[in-house]
Amino acid sequence: MELKIKAQAGSFESSDVLIMVEPQPTGVGRKIELESIVMQQFGDDLLNQIHRDLDALGIDDIRVIINDKGALPPTISARLETALKRSAGLQAGTLT
Amino acid sequence: MKNILQREIPETLEGIGEIEPFQGAFTKLRKGWMEEETVPPPNKAKMPHSSKMCSNLKEAVIRTNPRNGMTVSFHHHLRGGDSILVETIKILAELGIKDITLASSSLTSAHEPILPYLKNGTITQIYSSGIRGEIGEAVAKGVMPKPFVIHSHGGRVRSVHTGKIKIDLTVIAASAADIEGNSTGAHGPSAFGSMGYAVIDARYARQVVVVTDNIVDYPCVPQAVTQNFVDYVVKVDSIGDPSKIAGGTTRITKAPMDLQIARLAAQVIEHSGELKEGFSFQVGAGGASLAVAKYIRKIMKQKVIKGSFILGGVTSYGVDMLNEGLFKSIFDVQSFDAAVSTSLMTNPYHIEITAGLYANPFNCGCMTNKLDIVVLGALEIDTDFNVNVITGSEGYVRGASGGHSDTASGANLTVVVCPSFRGRIPIVKEKVHTIVTPGESIDVLVTERGICVNPNRPELKENLIKGGIAVKEIKDLAAEVEKITGVAKPIQNEERIVGIVEYRDGTVIDVIRQVK
Amino acid sequence: MLYIPGNNPAMLQQGSVYGADGVLLDLEDAVALNQKDAARILVSHMLQYVSYEGCEVTVRVNHIDTPFGEEDLKQIVPLQPDAIRLPKVETIDEISRIIQLVEDIENAHELPHDKMKIHVMIETALGVQNVYDIANYSSRIDAISIGGQDLAADMQLVKTNDGIGIDYARKQIVMAAKACKIDVFDTVYVDVENEEGLREEAEYIKKLGFTGKAIINPRQIEIVNEVFTPTEKEIRKAAKIVKAFERNKKEGIGVFAVDGKMVDAPVVQRALRVLEMADIDVADI
Repeated sequence: MELKIKAQAGSFESSDVLIMVEPQPTGVGRKIELESIVMQQFGDDLLNQIHRDLDALGIDDIRVIINDKGALPPTISARLETALKRSAGLQAGTLT
Repeated sequence: MKNILQREIPETLEGIGEIEPFQGAFTKLRKGWMEEETVPPPNKAKMPHSSKMCSNLKEAVIRTNPRNGMTVSFHHHLRGGDSILVETIKILAELGIKDITLASSSLTSAHEPILPYLKNGTITQIYSSGIRGEIGEAVAKGVMPKPFVIHSHGGRVRSVHTGKIKIDLTVIAASAADIEGNSTGAHGPSAFGSMGYAVIDARYARQVVVVTDNIVDYPCVPQAVTQNFVDYVVKVDSIGDPSKIAGGTTRITKAPMDLQIARLAAQVIEHSGELKEGFSFQVGAGGASLAVAKYIRKIMKQKVIKGSFILGGVTSYGVDMLNEGLFKSIFDVQSFDAAVSTSLMTNPYHIEITAGLYANPFNCGCMTNKLDIVVLGALEIDTDFNVNVITGSEGYVRGASGGHSDTASGANLTVVVCPSFRGRIPIVKEKVHTIVTPGESIDVLVTERGICVNPNRPELKENLIKGGIAVKEIKDLAAEVEKITGVAKPIQNEERIVGIVEYRDGTVIDVIRQVK
Repeated sequence: MLYIPGNNPAMLQQGSVYGADGVLLDLEDAVALNQKDAARILVSHMLQYVSYEGCEVTVRVNHIDTPFGEEDLKQIVPLQPDAIRLPKVETIDEISRIIQLVEDIENAHELPHDKMKIHVMIETALGVQNVYDIANYSSRIDAISIGGQDLAADMQLVKTNDGIGIDYARKQIVMAAKACKIDVFDTVYVDVENEEGLREEAEYIKKLGFTGKAIINPRQIEIVNEVFTPTEKEIRKAAKIVKAFERNKKEGIGVFAVDGKMVDAPVVQRALRVLEMADIDVADI
């Protein structure tokens, strides 16, 4: 997946997460900024999940800003996927 | 050493002294008499026709001879609207008094302005049934030199009787009082209902100051606190924010999750075998717990069951049920809304009781012992049914012990209602952070994802199954929750103990350690 | 059947706990136009993670002729929820195109054609006129429902609460469903605060023959369930009739009396239906 533009998905609602992604030049690596209301309990979990999802898509150079309001893992994966697809211009079946 | 619930408790603690570990809900009480003796209240005298009136609160405080190391007590009947506690502490601080022990029956968000005095040595210890908000955060971070003590409503009375809490000065806000200090919360512009907690303090404190915004002709009727216990009386412009003292009527929640849990809890109660003619009943004042009353009311009407008494913190919803003839009487230690005050004033079957009659374990029987059904909330509950209602997910103090352990120990059927997880935080889990009420007192847990019966109540489980209610093992429920939320990392603590949680009999059921 | 907005994680993760017979995860009207992709992806992930045990799961996709409908099917059909719900179906041509697409997707994923059911929504005047042919088009269609809001708009009705304007459509749709021997669900009641209004409407549509009613707030579940669950009195009467029927059957008597009222085959059928709705096994009575 090739990221083209800054994009975001999700919301500040309870049990949701707002994820912003921004493409980075090759070799820069992953810059992940995480804020969460469940940082102490699930902060590490959350980071691992983001890395796993990015690994699966083969994305190495990216900036991700996460503001989590206690989202469950499927919501986190869904919001990341949505943000990435929006960034890559793969929003099939969506008004742009 | 470890107490019977395997919580690590020190044998002595600076600022507390020797610690008696929790040994079980009735181990201490079973023998029927207590080693601890009641500390006699002071004897005082007043000359006929002398005046107790002071021109302002400061004058009254000065006349009580405040000193360093004193204990000052308050009641929390004004809830989030109280301004008297903060004003009194400010006056004491201005007078340069240090090392105060603050003994308030509870602390609410209205008390946050005392925060600087916790940090500068004015207040060095707190006894309370509940601590929340910024104060709860600060005390968990260890801003005070001495450990705070969380007690139950019944436990507080015991501590006052036995001198664990030796009140030097109590300042009692009242919505109506006369010049001799006869006072009530049942009427007046700032009416707040029952004064059940304050009455105990009035009887045992060395100095008693009654503060009111509403001086009435002598003698004040009715009288919760009577003149023979009162040293000084102060008329002030305001005892607090009336809209927060008693805001109209309490509404049943509209949150679908709370309603769903309440509906399930009502089904559990219906089939428990305890919902029978003449049963007594107590619910909490909000959320799912209060909503249970809505469904029980419907079932009582359908099945034509009449109860005997409603106990505890009372809402207008309880008053409605009394007026409909569903219950015969209300015994009211604390009122939650304006409608309750009116009922307390006018209905002879709505009776104001003291915290001692309500829940004190060290007497010939408190009313919580006569409860058939109580519905309680929880911040956390573990697979042994131990309940935490005091510390939040970050380890801060953000709740109240209140009457939780008192009612749970007394009631035939103790129902805990809570969601199985909140946001992503598990509520039903293997081990709670802080135990307030021991699992042996909890009979059944009702969550949106399952109903679990304490294994020590096999006949209850059988009744529920016969009634067509699906029950599951609490371990299975905890595992199910963990599968949804993931495994939460436990709270990281310092070793230092910043607070203790007393069980109602005065033994220590758990400690609270400093948050990192 | 409880509608849950497809882009709301809090509601999606709790949907199954409210005691509804089914949940309807909505990608259509409950989702803003610029969040259609987010909802589709979120619902896909939730379907794979959350257990909706004890609850039938239906996903309402967007209409095939919108920019979202085809992509919805491509993402959701492979996950095989219990059913998908198709909005605003008007003609046989439409339903045939959609089912063809669904089955192409199933073929591509080597999935059977008989597992996931299809629910059809009738929300336009043209749809009402064609409802029997639509409902009868495929054996995969096991329920139809009426979308009252859209239908009222299509009929250019000035909105009224009494439902007079859509009454003919309700009856027509019920008749088509009964002719095809499939379930039929009524439209939502939008005024969440009006519990009595909901109860009245639920009682009315139960009399018309609807199988159930769609709801938009968990608070409505209890009322609709109360209306549709037979009362103790109804159950007792039904049990009595069925028992008497079994007894008389042995003696070869087809028509008999219970409590002074004539009982024949249709009455027994209705009694059996009451017991079925109350989840009571005939063998147990």
